[in-house]
Amino acid sequence: MSQPIRVLLAKVGLDGHDRGVKIVARTLRDAGMDVIYTGLHRTPDEVVNAAVQEDVDILGVSLLSGVQLTVFPKIFKLLEEKGSKDLIIVAGGVMPDEDAEAIKKMGVAEVLLQDTPPAQLVANLKRLVSERGPR
Amino acid sequence: MGEYVPSQDLLPRIDRGETVAIGRLITRAEGDVPEARDALANVYKRSGKAHVIGITGVPGSGKSTLVAAMTAKLVASGKRVGVIAVDPSSPYSGGSILGDRIRMTELANNPNVYIRSMATHGEMGGVARSTLATADILDVAGFDVIIIETVGVGQDEVEIVKASHTTVVVSAPGLGDDIQAIKAGVLEIADMHLVSKCDRPDANKTLTDLKQMLTLNAAKIAQSAWRTPVIGVSSLTGMGLDEFIAALEGHRKISVSSEGDKRRLEIAAFRLEKTAKRMLLEEFDKATGSARAELAHRLSRKEGDPYSFALDLVRSVTQ
Ligand SMILES: Nc1nc2c(ncn2[C@@H]2O[C@H](COP(=O)(O)OP(=O)(O)OP(=O)(O)O)[C@@H](O)[C@H]2O)c(=O)[nH]1
Ligand SMILES: [Mg+2]
Repeated sequence: MSQPIRVLLAKVGLDGHDRGVKIVARTLRDAGMDVIYTGLHRTPDEVVNAAVQEDVDILGVSLLSGVQLTVFPKIFKLLEEKGSKDLIIVAGGVMPDEDAEAIKKMGVAEVLLQDTPPAQLVANLKRLVSERGPR
Repeated sequence: MGEYVPSQDLLPRIDRGETVAIGRLITRAEGDVPEARDALANVYKRSGKAHVIGITGVPGSGKSTLVAAMTAKLVASGKRVGVIAVDPSSPYSGGSILGDRIRMTELANNPNVYIRSMATHGEMGGVARSTLATADILDVAGFDVIIIETVGVGQDEVEIVKASHTTVVVSAPGLGDDIQAIKAGVLEIADMHLVSKCDRPDANKTLTDLKQMLTLNAAKIAQSAWRTPVIGVSSLTGMGLDEFIAALEGHRKISVSSEGDKRRLEIAAFRLEKTAKRMLLEEFDKATGSARAELAHRLSRKEGDPYSFALDLVRSVTQ
């Protein structure tokens, strides 16, 4: 019996609405995943602590405010300090292509922007977890 | 990517309170990973120090907000607190949205707090299959108090009593038909009753109604050394929280007495039964697959009857 994929969704930064993340949360739930939603305005510390305690397969970080180039280095540094080795990090929201490239170089597994169709989103996450293997 | 760390190797790291290791063994307990069973058995034997508190109540009654407020108080008094927040899985997809954590964000960076969300995964009774194993793990990791928040939808949450040393039922003013929301069964399982949101004026009526109902129930309560208190609290203003925490301490004292032995026995019996039944079902699914298909065909052709065929299947597993 396989376990549902565990996903933590976090919204980092100052922008004030979470309609998009909530839609993603429902999409993933309807695809059979367990989704932990942590609300708006989270800091990298809060996100990493939550992801490690919850031991999620995937941490989805959504940003709209153009802070990705400072947020992800912090997240990766904190994860390393905690000794977390196999967390899959996915970025969402809106960002220019060159930023998407830059954060992928830092270790973000996939950048799934706001216009990603739900089926593709689900398929991508499932693929990432199956590539990682048992944990 | 990551390599599989054997569960036995996680144990010393859990004893040191390493978050990553705690989280991983909980995940394996949740997935019922066979490789983790020995490690979980080891954890079970060494657990038993923590005070396990179950919090139940109808949706929206303020459980998560209360857990956050009481945890902040407990941590301030030097305790380490583990929180297990259980939410129902969707019956359609098997997935879930676990939202209790949103109410606990101010605890996210506190090193003395560990919060774990879990879905019921089809388990009835408001307690997930791995809730008790998770409590064991947090116990050996050094958490003094473990709070289990469970979904309280009606008569279904009774299992929390058999999972916790102290069961708290939360009722809120203005939810549904006042006290109607508190079903008789739930009334009886409580070691203490809270009326939440007492910063609201309509809370007084809920308090009075609840106390009245409990008086009618006094016969059962009189048999016990413990008198079920009714406490009004507000997680917003902090009103009543000290009284609540003092009551928890008081109940814990009883739960180490002979009355506590009885409770511990009930908890153990419940756990044994649940685990054994689950194993039996798994065994049944594994062992009877092909025989079942074959018998179903014969049954559809009326070559036998469902009672004797079912008995054959059951016997093939239990003999
Ligand atoms: N006025 C007032 N509102 C409160 C208080 N505690 C919680 N609330 C509100 O009640 C609503 C539900 O609170 P939660 O803590 O999420 O309730 P819950 O019982 O955990 O809900 P579920 O987990 O969905 O069953 C929220 O809008 C809270 O802001 C309180 O002490 N006073
Ligand atoms: Mg809640």
